[in-house]
Amino acid sequence: MFVRWSAAIAAAILLSSPALLQGARAADKPTDPQIAHIAYTAGVIDINAAKQAQKKARNKDVKAFAEDMLRDHEAVNKQALALVKKLNVTPEDNDTSKALSEQASEKLAELDKLSGAAFDKAYVANEVAYHKTVNGALETQLIPSASNAELKSLLQTGLKIFQGHQQHAEHVAAELK
Amino acid sequence: MPGRLSAIATAVLLVALAVPAHAATIEITMENLEISPKDASAKVGDTIEWINKDVFAHTATARNGDFDVNLPAKKSGTLVLKKAGTVDYYCRFHPNMKATLRIEP
Repeated sequence: MFVRWSAAIAAAILLSSPALLQGARAADKPTDPQIAHIAYTAGVIDINAAKQAQKKARNKDVKAFAEDMLRDHEAVNKQALALVKKLNVTPEDNDTSKALSEQASEKLAELDKLSGAAFDKAYVANEVAYHKTVNGALETQLIPSASNAELKSLLQTGLKIFQGHQQHAEHVAAELK
Repeated sequence: MPGRLSAIATAVLLVALAVPAHAATIEITMENLEISPKDASAKVGDTIEWINKDVFAHTATARNGDFDVNLPAKKSGTLVLKKAGTVDYYCRFHPNMKATLRIEP
């Protein structure tokens, strides 16, 4: 399962990553320390994307969206850090996290070359795709795999808030057309 | 310390006297991206206290522009109702959070 959903994430975000398909062979499903690491990494990725957008975006709705992403994802990650500390869990790096980070830095570099309306469009389109993928992974893999109740509950809150982000991104994307 | 205590007591008393007897405080909670109760009734002069139990910042923003209360994470915000009417409000940051206030004269 872990291999399959890792592959699904890679496919959706990057359209294919050899590194990811080779990796993540160990467990059938991710462990809590791995889930925590993946969720935190996914948050950091969107925070970095938002910071880039704050500098580059031109459209005011896009700017406001980036601000919302920064505020919410920082809050979720802060909560995640507090939880792993409380549970005395050390988030464990894994191939999915690594693949996500690699893909994200490529995306950042790609978006960095754009400016003005082209950047706005590409950033928002990526936010739609990214939230769709992360929400899918949360719903079908991360939440069902989480064994600690508090971790599961945080992921569920995350899913709820990120579904709102997806709707928001889709709305902004439609307005930009 | 008794001096300070009585000063506080006096202050509390003065505040209590200044507020008309019928004014109530209505608590509305925002938790896990839900507003509860979704439908609240109050009277002009009452105070609405929104309690944000989430780690996310929220707002209570009236659709008709009557109010826009900022609610930082884990903080509360209040509003004294000044006019009657039914007001739909939502959170600007999480527009799926919607509720209604029925304000009687």
